Amino acid sequence: MVNRTVVGAHYGLTGWLAQRITAVLMVLYTLLIVAVFLFVRPGDFTACKALFGYGWMRIATLLFFVSLFAHAWVGVRDILMDYIKPTGLRLSLEVLVILALVSYGAWAAHILWRA
Amino acid sequence: MPDAAVKKKRPVWYNLNLLDLPLPGLVSILHRISGALLFLLIFVLLYLLDASLASQERFDVARAFVSHPLAKLVLLGLLWAFLHHLCAGIRYLFLDLDKGVDRETAKKTSVVVIAVSLALTVVLGIALLW
Repeated sequence: MVNRTVVGAHYGLTGWLAQRITAVLMVLYTLLIVAVFLFVRPGDFTACKALFGYGWMRIATLLFFVSLFAHAWVGVRDILMDYIKPTGLRLSLEVLVILALVSYGAWAAHILWRA
Repeated sequence: MPDAAVKKKRPVWYNLNLLDLPLPGLVSILHRISGALLFLLIFVLLYLLDASLASQERFDVARAFVSHPLAKLVLLGLLWAFLHHLCAGIRYLFLDLDKGVDRETAKKTSVVVIAVSLALTVVLGIALLW
């Protein structure tokens, strides 16, 4: 038998914590990007391509996007909970947001690992 | 269960004027607005990354796109939203750790958040877009 409560503060805390952890990860990535733009200065197509040819750059960027989408989900869900009162409409919008974010995730992975 | 009559008597006061908010409140609502804006414009970021890594032709198309004055305006707005969200977010991380929660400090850090994000928007906007 599945023994778990479907309501409670625990779920909110997980989202709250995830929002903060992903925020810190995105700050670190931002610092990395600032450093790259200051010291590598990728100004043309060849330079961009070469930069994102490095495995670490692809992985760091994918981690950034995963953080961004998790972070955005918590934030957008908060906004929808505050302003959209009809449950059916809110659920529909939440589904749309999740679909958009998952598609963005697939798009990001495709961009980064395309030959 | 609360009495409906009592409930009705509670004062309702929605002041929607952002500039009437105390500064920490202004930072807070701008944090939310900038967050929503960043979410809505994620596809622009992905489009630009996609184009700049796809081929020389698409790189050139993207470069022409970001050179358009209207696109520059949107990117400037996006830049401000990012910087405000970043600065205000760092402030909230400190507030979560119980740092700077007293009224005077909270007011001062709100001013810093608004000023620094606006200043960085101008500096980075000029450096990156013009």
